Amino acid sequence: MSAPLDLPRWADTVLVPAISVVAAFLVAGLVVLAIGENPLTATRWLLQGSLGTGEGLGFTLFYMTDFIFVGLAVAVAYHAGLFNIGGEGQATLAGLGIALVLNNLTFLPGFLLIPLGILGAAAFGALWAAIPGYLQAKRGSHIVITTIMFNWLASVLLVYLLVNVLREPQSMNPETRAFPEQSYIPFMHDVFAAFGVEIPTSQLNLTLVLALASAYFVWLLIYRSRLGYAIRVVGSNPSAAVYAGISPARIIIIAMVLSGALAGGLAVNELMGYQHRLLLEFTSGYGFVGIAVALMGRAHPVGIILASLLFGILYQGGAELAFEQPAITRDMVVVIGGIIILFAGALDGLFRRLVAHLFARQKLARA
Amino acid sequence: MDLGILVTIFDSALRLSIPLLAACLAGLWSERSGVVDIGLEGKMLVAAFAGAAGAYALGSAWAGLLVGIAASVTIGLVHGFASISQRGNQIVSGVAINMLAAGLTAIVGNAWYGQGGRTPPLEGDQRFGSVLFGHSALVYVVLLAVPVTWFVLGRTRFGLRLRAVGENPAAVDTAGISVTGLRYTAVIIAGVLCGLAGAYLSVGQAAGFLPNMTAGRGFIALAALIFAKWRAWPALGACFLFGLLDASANQLQGLSLPGIGEVPVQAIQAMPYLMTVILLAGVIGKAIPPRASGVPYVKER
Repeated sequence: MSAPLDLPRWADTVLVPAISVVAAFLVAGLVVLAIGENPLTATRWLLQGSLGTGEGLGFTLFYMTDFIFVGLAVAVAYHAGLFNIGGEGQATLAGLGIALVLNNLTFLPGFLLIPLGILGAAAFGALWAAIPGYLQAKRGSHIVITTIMFNWLASVLLVYLLVNVLREPQSMNPETRAFPEQSYIPFMHDVFAAFGVEIPTSQLNLTLVLALASAYFVWLLIYRSRLGYAIRVVGSNPSAAVYAGISPARIIIIAMVLSGALAGGLAVNELMGYQHRLLLEFTSGYGFVGIAVALMGRAHPVGIILASLLFGILYQGGAELAFEQPAITRDMVVVIGGIIILFAGALDGLFRRLVAHLFARQKLARA
Repeated sequence: MDLGILVTIFDSALRLSIPLLAACLAGLWSERSGVVDIGLEGKMLVAAFAGAAGAYALGSAWAGLLVGIAASVTIGLVHGFASISQRGNQIVSGVAINMLAAGLTAIVGNAWYGQGGRTPPLEGDQRFGSVLFGHSALVYVVLLAVPVTWFVLGRTRFGLRLRAVGENPAAVDTAGISVTGLRYTAVIIAGVLCGLAGAYLSVGQAAGFLPNMTAGRGFIALAALIFAKWRAWPALGACFLFGLLDASANQLQGLSLPGIGEVPVQAIQAMPYLMTVILLAGVIGKAIPPRASGVPYVKER
C-alpha cells in the first residue's frame, strides 16, 4: 500500500494535478445540476465572459495578478515546510502599509511614491508574517493556528483603524481618503494608449508585470540560490538541515518574511492599481484562494501562474455567469476553489495512487 | 453597575458561549483522537443552513436539528476520509471544508429560496422555544455534553483508547484495536457536536439562516480549545470567558472606563485571538496538543 510510488516526472507534475482539477470540475458540474441549471451552458458563459471579450480578458488577468501573489506567498512558506494560511491578514496589513505611505508622503512625485508604496506593502505584510514565523521558530507555537489568529486580528485592527482613525472626517464610509493621483499604478489600457495602441478598458494594471517578475524571482530564489536550497532542506528535513549547518529557526523566519511580503502584492494590485483608497475587506478571501493556487501549481512558479490564470478565468467568468444565470452566484467559484483544495491537496494521494496503478498495469501489459 | 445589568450580561454570555462550547467540544473529540480539525467553522455553517432548511421544510425544530447534524456529520466524514483513510494533509482538508461550506450554503440557499442565501424566517414550532430560565433545550443539551465528554474520555475504556490513539496510535494498533475505527468514531462525534452548534445558531438563537452566519465562531472555538488545553471542563470555562467578552463588548460600547478612557469594541473582539497567540507563545503556561494530532497513521512504519 505505501510502497513508493514510481511516477514519471511529467505524470507527477502535470497529469496528477490535471486529473484532480478535472475531477473538481466534474463535482462542481454536479452541484450546478443539483440546483437545476445546465452545467454546459454555464461553462460556455464562464469561458465567454472571461476569455471571449478583450474587456473580460483584462479582468481575468487582473484577478490572475492577485492570485499569483498569494499563490507565491503560500508556496514560499510551503517549501520551508510551513503552512501559511495567513495570506488574508498579511495582505490586509499590507494595505494599511500602502495607505500610511501614500497618504503621508503626498508631496513626493510618482516615480518615488509608487516604489515606496510597494515597499510599504511588502514591509507590513512581511511584519505580519514574521511574528507567527518568529513564534513558530523560537517558541514552537503552531504556525497554522497563529496565522489564523493573525487573520482575525488583522481584520479587527483594520475595522478599528478605518472607523476611528483613518476615516476621512466628512465621509460615512469606513475608508481612507483617495490616494494621491501620482501614486496610481497605471492601467494597462492607458499604457497601451500611450504607445498608440487601443485595448479595451479594464482594471488590469501594470502590477501584472510585478507579479510575473515576482514569480521569476521566486523561481530563482527557490531553485537557483543558496537560500532557496536552505529553505527546501528545512522544508523536507529539518534535522538534516541542522547537520548541514543551516539554522531552521532562521530559515523559518526568513521564509515567512518573504511569504508575507509576497502576500502584500495582493494589496498593491487591488489598492494602488484599482481602488486607490484603503477600504474594508478588500482582500475578499483571495488569501485562501492562494492555497488552492499553490497546491494546484505544485508550489512551482510556472504552475502557480497557470493555476492563477485558471482562477482568474473562474472569478471573471463567474461574475459574468452570475449575471447571465442568476441562480449560479459567484459563490460557485468559492465552491470550486474548495473542491480543488480538497482534491489537489488533501486527497492528492488518491489520484497519485490511481495514476501509479494505471502505469503499473501498463508496464505489466507490455512485459 | 447594578445587579440587573450583571444578570443581563451573564445571560447573554451563556447564550453566546453555547455555539462556541459545542464546536469546541467537537474539536476536542477530534483532536484528542489525533485528527486536527480546523473545519469546525465550515461544519457549523453547513449545520446552520441544513438545520434551518430542515426546520422550515419539516415544520419542527427537532427535525431541523437532526438534518443539521446529518449534514455536519457528512462533511465530517469527508474530512475523515481525506485525513484518516487517504492520510491527506488535515489542515488542507480543513481549509477546503471551510471554503466548500461557505460557497455551498450560499449557492444552495440562493437557488432554493431566492432570498440572497437566506432561508425563510422560522416561526412557532420551527424554532427552539425556551424551556427553563428563558433558554432553549439545546442550551442544556450542550451544557450536558461537558460532563459527558469529561466522563467518557476520562473514565471509560473507550475514552482511554480514544485518547491513546491521539498520543500513540502504534501502541493502540499493537493492542489489536482499530486506529481507523476509533478516529472515525471521534470524527462522527465531532460532526454531531458541530451540528448542535450550527443548529443552535440558526434554529435556536436566530430565526433562520443568514449567509456566513457563523462569522468566525469556529475559529474562536479553536482558540478556546487551545486555551482549555484540550480538556472538557476548562473548555466550558474558556468558552464562557469568550462568550462573556462578546457579551460585554455589546454592553461596554461607548462606555468609558476610569483611567483607560473609552474601550473600543474591537479591542474586546480581539481578545480571544490575542490571548490564544500569547498562550501559544508559552508566555503564560504552555499549551501542548495531543502528540499524534495531525499525523496520519501508517501501519507499516
